[in-house]
Amino acid sequence: MPEKTEKQIVYERVKDMPPLAVSLYTMDYNKTGSWRNIRPVINYDKCISCMICWKYCPDVAIYLEKFEKDGKEKYKPIIDYEYCKGCGICWTECPVEGAIYTEEEAG
Amino acid sequence: MKKVMIGNYALSYGAKLSRAQVIGAYPITPQTEVVELLSEMCASGELDAKFIKVESEHSAMAACIGASATGARTFTATSSQGLALMHEVLHWAVGARTPVVMGNINRALGPPWTIWTEQTDSLAQRDTGWMQVYAQNNQEVIDSVIQAYKVAEAVQLPAMVVLAAFVLSHTSETVDIPEQEKVDEFLPSYDPEYKIDPDNPHAFGGLTGPDGYFELRYQIQKAMEDALAKWEEIGREFGDLFGRHYGLVETYKVEDARELIISSATLASTARGVVDELREKGKKVGLLRIRVFRPFPAETVRSLLSAVDKAIVVDRNISFGASGIFYQEVKATMYNEKNKPPIFGVIAGLGGRDVTVKDIMNIYEDVMKQDEPKSDIIWKGVKI
Amino acid sequence: MKLSIPEKEILGHGHLACQGCGAALAMRYALKAFGTNTALSVPACCWSVIDGPFPHSSVNVPLFHTAFETAASAASGIKAGFEVQGRDVTVVAWAGDGGTYDIGIQALSGAAERNDDLIYVCYDNEAYMNTGVQRSGSTPYLSWTTTTPVKHPKDRPKKDIISIMAAHRIPYLATASVAFPEDMIAKFKKAKEIKGTRFLLVFSPCPPGWRTNPINTVKLARLAVETRVFPLIEVENGRNWKLTKKVRKEKPVVEYLKLQGRFKHLTEDNVAEIQENVNREWEILMDKVGKDE
Repeated sequence: MPEKTEKQIVYERVKDMPPLAVSLYTMDYNKTGSWRNIRPVINYDKCISCMICWKYCPDVAIYLEKFEKDGKEKYKPIIDYEYCKGCGICWTECPVEGAIYTEEEAG
Repeated sequence: MKKVMIGNYALSYGAKLSRAQVIGAYPITPQTEVVELLSEMCASGELDAKFIKVESEHSAMAACIGASATGARTFTATSSQGLALMHEVLHWAVGARTPVVMGNINRALGPPWTIWTEQTDSLAQRDTGWMQVYAQNNQEVIDSVIQAYKVAEAVQLPAMVVLAAFVLSHTSETVDIPEQEKVDEFLPSYDPEYKIDPDNPHAFGGLTGPDGYFELRYQIQKAMEDALAKWEEIGREFGDLFGRHYGLVETYKVEDARELIISSATLASTARGVVDELREKGKKVGLLRIRVFRPFPAETVRSLLSAVDKAIVVDRNISFGASGIFYQEVKATMYNEKNKPPIFGVIAGLGGRDVTVKDIMNIYEDVMKQDEPKSDIIWKGVKI
Repeated sequence: MKLSIPEKEILGHGHLACQGCGAALAMRYALKAFGTNTALSVPACCWSVIDGPFPHSSVNVPLFHTAFETAASAASGIKAGFEVQGRDVTVVAWAGDGGTYDIGIQALSGAAERNDDLIYVCYDNEAYMNTGVQRSGSTPYLSWTTTTPVKHPKDRPKKDIISIMAAHRIPYLATASVAFPEDMIAKFKKAKEIKGTRFLLVFSPCPPGWRTNPINTVKLARLAVETRVFPLIEVENGRNWKLTKKVRKEKPVVEYLKLQGRFKHLTEDNVAEIQENVNREWEILMDKVGKDE
């Protein structure tokens, strides 16, 4: 599988490069969280674990954490702020009033 | 096994012997027999390949590139307008480093419509990074296809084997078909290091800025330079196995030559007859046939031309606004040499006009009366 | 609560799509449906950039970048290459509307006519977005784009690519919207199991190109279906048309249009005309649906 890197790879010398333009690494280095102006925040008191926010995130910036409640396996959506671009789709699509709210992104 | 066949069939047999696995091709006069025979070979199972009956030459090359990128050996053939249509994708094959092998029948470009031979179509692609081999007979066609795969796969660059429309494509000659077992020995299966493979996922050809593109191009030029030695080495290897040796160029009676006729493909065949006639008259003339045009055999050309007093390049092509193309390249490569003979550039035979022994003889006689060329083009045979 | 779409993520984060990109959502769903034994053929389009620069990539499946016109022809070659090597890989041409409706239509038509064994997915954002929002054959009637400015908006209807592809009598084609991922993934999974050319059109809103707020991408993709602007259908063998989402109480098209800056210049007459067109197209579709042609 492609390797993760800390930073974007810019080759120093030809001899370090593969023999053609072939990509060997992931885009994990690119912390798209820096794009945000507005930050979505989940209020877990109101969240019903419907997973609609996770379903509609274009940026794979919401991940699932499994937990048990009343003997049932449930999922908890967790926003990955390193990558969340602040598009606001999760906030728009969330069916529960106040389960996701938005804040101004600091800085 | 010897068989009488037209040049087009020599291409098909070359692809078959090389065990091409995916063919994407579109018919165009005078290439149609190539794809027709390959279709029959695929249908009968004589050739175990998938033939994609694409809807244009542009798609033909794209399909070959896609297949080659998965690690399959690919073949296509075209001519003139079709090659011109492929131009964008020819560049793509090079950048993608896919060793596609293609037969190109040299046919003049329209308008006006024409089907007769001229080299401008393939030479107009000389900047793309495709290797180019100009064949002078059908034996060389079939042999060069096989060698082309070996060189192409060694340096990861595509190669075209070029032959004249009708003069070779539709002319029957005796061809000694190499034995399949020997070809298998000579040409192992294709196995690239990087290929489209879900078990090892990569992106190919992703966006590259000024901080990386230059190096990727440098790599391609280096591969072309490596190819110079490869064509010689593989041509020798081929000769050891099959009895017919090949190289970047072919020289004929150059050892003590004072003048050199330089040409390519079937024109060179005609020029060979002229050299013989002149030699009988005591003239010390030799022939340099440029076989591999890309990569350009600069060192070989320089060492041969440095030793003579005069050179005549006969081009069956033209770069408008400049001159004949072989002439341009030969002249340019000599510029920094200490011994620079005057080089005369002749353009003959455009659009399939016949170039005879007499024509080349006249060219020689005219040039011998001159010390220096008066212009970059000596027109031969055009009705001025 | 059970997840309604596969849990496993194949698309990685860090990709370069704009905020609220419908095309990114489409790829995320497509990869969930197709799985990792997939190879993508991607012509010039937004995804040429979204995937990331050399030597990085975000999709975690092989992605072959190819020339603009060649999504389908390269894919045909890729599939043939795998077949002759005895490998069964899902080969997917993944193109925008430019590379599908316009410059790429020849290769697509050729592949479909031959019934080459590949899946062709067009993520449709209705203009040449990667080059800065110029009109395409897919741009809807009266839309603004940079080459159909407000003084002369697009004066031709959106090209009916579905009818064109149906006319090729390919085994399967379907439309999908990123607002209905369950429907989309079901169709993609169904397509994966069929042999021959399969064509999938995914409605993918583009916030910068449509001049919309990124927060509304899924909402717009839903409204397009609910206003009957973009019907969700399947067509088998080019003759058997099926509506996969009934829209009985359709919403007025103005609900969809009013959220988009590219339609901001519309007059009431324009909107009425668009509504008439939507109604008429729906009637034509209803004639085809449930009836062998």
